[in-house]
Amino acid sequence: MSAIHRESRECLGRRFLLSSLLLWASGARAADNMSLDSHLSFDSLYKSVGVLGTQYSERAKLLKGHTVRMRGYIAPPLKPESKFFVLTREPVAVCPFCSSDAQWPSDIVVIYLKATLGPVNFSQRIEVAGRLEMGSWTDPENGFVSQVRIVDAEVSKL
Amino acid sequence: MRFKPSYLLPVLCAMLVSSTVVAQTIFPLTRADILAGSHFDFKVEFGAVVDPDQIKVTINGRDYSKVLGKKAQLLAREDGKEVSSLLLRDASIRKPGPYTVQASDGQHSATVAWRVYATPAKPVAKNVILFIGDGLSIAHRTAARILSQGIEGGKFTGKLAIDDMPYMALLTTQGTDSIITDSANAAHAYTTGHKSCVNALGVYCSRAASTLDHPRVDTITALAKRRGMAVGAVTNSEIEDATPAAMVAHTRRRSDFNDIVKMYYDSKIDVLMGGGSPNFLPKSTAGSKRGDDVDYIDLFRQADYKIAISKSEMQAAADDARTTRMLGLYNTGNVDGALDLKFLKKGSVSKFPDQPDVPEEMAAALKVLSRNKKGFVLMVESARIDKYSHSLDPERAIYDTIMLDVAVKQAKEWAKANGNNTLILVTSDHSHAVSVIGTVNDEEPGVDMRDKVETYAEAGFPNYPAPDAQGYPGKVDVSRRLRMTFGAYPDHYDTFRPFMDGEFVPTLRNADGLMVANEKYKAVPGAVLREGNLPNKGARASNSGVHSGDDVVLTASGPGADKVHGQMENTELFRIMADALALASQETGAAAKPRKK
Repeated sequence: MSAIHRESRECLGRRFLLSSLLLWASGARAADNMSLDSHLSFDSLYKSVGVLGTQYSERAKLLKGHTVRMRGYIAPPLKPESKFFVLTREPVAVCPFCSSDAQWPSDIVVIYLKATLGPVNFSQRIEVAGRLEMGSWTDPENGFVSQVRIVDAEVSKL
Repeated sequence: MRFKPSYLLPVLCAMLVSSTVVAQTIFPLTRADILAGSHFDFKVEFGAVVDPDQIKVTINGRDYSKVLGKKAQLLAREDGKEVSSLLLRDASIRKPGPYTVQASDGQHSATVAWRVYATPAKPVAKNVILFIGDGLSIAHRTAARILSQGIEGGKFTGKLAIDDMPYMALLTTQGTDSIITDSANAAHAYTTGHKSCVNALGVYCSRAASTLDHPRVDTITALAKRRGMAVGAVTNSEIEDATPAAMVAHTRRRSDFNDIVKMYYDSKIDVLMGGGSPNFLPKSTAGSKRGDDVDYIDLFRQADYKIAISKSEMQAAADDARTTRMLGLYNTGNVDGALDLKFLKKGSVSKFPDQPDVPEEMAAALKVLSRNKKGFVLMVESARIDKYSHSLDPERAIYDTIMLDVAVKQAKEWAKANGNNTLILVTSDHSHAVSVIGTVNDEEPGVDMRDKVETYAEAGFPNYPAPDAQGYPGKVDVSRRLRMTFGAYPDHYDTFRPFMDGEFVPTLRNADGLMVANEKYKAVPGAVLREGNLPNKGARASNSGVHSGDDVVLTASGPGADKVHGQMENTELFRIMADALALASQETGAAAKPRKK
C-alpha cells in the first residue's frame, strides 16, 4: 500500500520535531557555488503535461544525472525528521499524505536529502540543489512512487 | 420510516445484557434496510477467540446458514489478532420482512434487527438520473438563484431548474459513526441504501485490518448491471473521488484511488467521465500515480471503451452510434470549475484548454447510455461546489451551482423528449456552514471593508450583469456583490471580494505545525485577518472550511418521484431509485423458508 494512503490521524498526530539538523546555511553555500545553467523550473522540467502522461523537456533530459537547482515549496511531510520530502510548484495547503481525499499535484519532484531536514515553513519558497534522477522509482521504505527526483540534495532559503 | 419502539426492543435488551462484556458486532448493523435479493456480506465479530462449537448464530430463530443459504467462514484469529469472526460474502435474503439476528459465542450474545424490503414487480421508470451537487447547501442555492434569475416586484422572475420540480424532501446525512458525514459515506448511502462511516464506500466499517476486507453491500451499479441496464458516472472531480467512486467501490478508505480504478474496470460501468487520469497510467509512464505497471487506459480500450481526453474527442465519440462504452478523462487533477473554465481562464485551463463542463459531459453520457434499450442509471456530479466551499471561495462555488442547474435543465428537457420515463433526483451529499447575509458595496464610504457590508434593507440587490443564456453573469467582480459567509473556518484573510487570479488558498501549515493564514492575501486591499474557529494544531487541525450537519434538499421529478416528501434519511433515496426500477428480487420465500417439496 502506498504511503500516500496513510490515514489522516496517524500522520497529522505526529509533531514536527525541531531538534534535527539544520541545513539552511550549508545549502545556501552549495547553491552559490553552482552555475546558473543547472537551474530547472517546474515549467522547464516538462515539455508537456497531458492527460495520458507528461513529457520531459530536452533540457531536463540533458540534465539527468547532473546537479540541478530547483525552486518550489516543501509539502507537509509524512513524518518529522525525514530525509525525504515532496517539492511542489505552489504551496500545498493540504498534506496529501494525511488527508483522505487530497491527491498530489501531477508535477511534483521528490527530494532525497543528504541529511535530515530541520523545521521548515511550508509557505516559504526554497531552493533545492542535488542530482537529478528521472524514471519511475518506488521508495522501498515508504512505498512512495516518484517519477522525478533530486537526490543527495541540500536545501537553501531564498 | 417511522420509529417503532417494538422494532428496537430486542436490540436494547441485547445492549443491556452485553454492556458489561466484550463487544460483539453483527454486520449489517442494526436497523439496516436491505433490498430483497441484494448482496451483502454477513459478518459477526466476537470479542475474543471463541470455540467454534460454542458459536450459535440465528436469523429469526433459525440457523443463519439455512436462511442465507450457505455457511460462513470462521476467521479463528482474524488478521492474526486474538479475536474470532464469522464472515459470509455475498449473502442475500429474498423474502421481505423483519429479521432478528442473534449471535452467541456461548458466553456473550448480541442481537440486531434488519428489515428486508421488496420493490414493485414492474419498474415505473426506465431511467434514473441522480444529480449530486457536492456540498450544495441552501445558501449556494439561494445565491445561484439571485445571480441567474432576476427579481421583480420582490419576486424571482424565473425558477432554477433544480427548484422547479414537483417533489421535495429534506434528507438527513448522519452516519453510523458521526452526526457529520463526508462525501464517501454520504454518496454510499445513496448508492447502496445502507448507512456507513466517514471515508467508507460500499462497506460497513468493521475491524478488518485491510481497507478492502470490510463487509460489503451491493451498489446501484451492480444491481442495475445485473438487470442489463447501462450505468454511468460523470463529474468534474477526479473520477476516483468519493462521490463517483461510490457508484462501484468497496473500500473503508476513499483514498484507495488505484484500487478504485480497478473497481471501475471490474464493475463494467458503461460511461465514466471526470479528471484524475494519473491513476490510470502505468508507473513507467511519466505523470503516473500508480505503483504498478498496469495500463488501465489500455485495458478499458481493449474492453471496447472509447477513450476521450478532450471535449471534442468526447463529443465525437458520443456522436458515433457504435459507442456504447466510454471513458473520458479530461484533466490530471479536477476538471476546472465553471468560473475558471468559462470566464476567468484560471486554474488549469491553460494546460487543459478543451475540457468539457458537467452539462456537456452529461449530454455525451446521455447519448451513449440511451443506446441501451433496457434503460440506464446515470450519476451526474457538480463536485467543486464542495471543494470551493472548503477553500472559502464563494463565487466559484456559486458558479458551479449554476452549472449543476444548467445540467438539470438539460436533463429535464432530455427526459421530456425521450418518453417521460426518467426519474430525476437532484440533491446534495452534505452541507457547508454557508449563509448569504447581504452585499458588499464598494461605493460605501470608508476604508474598512466591514463598513461596506450591507445588511437588511441596505443590502438591496447586487449589481451583477444580466446572466447569459445558461444563467451565468458574465462578470463576478462587481461593485455591489453578494456577501456569503462561512460559519466554520481556519485562520485566513477575509478579502471581501472574489479571487480573480485563481481559487483561494486560505490557510497553510507553518514550521511549528500550526495552521495559519496564507500571507499571500495579506496585501489584498482591505483584507482582514480572521482568526479561525476550528482546531489549528494536532490531528484535527483544519486548513479549510468544514462540512456541516445541516439537512440537504432533495428535489425530484418523473415516475417514482412522488415518494420524495417530508424528512427522510439519505438512505431512502436509494430505495426510491430501487422502487422506480423494481430492483428487488421478485422471488419470495426461497431463502427465508425451506422450499416446499
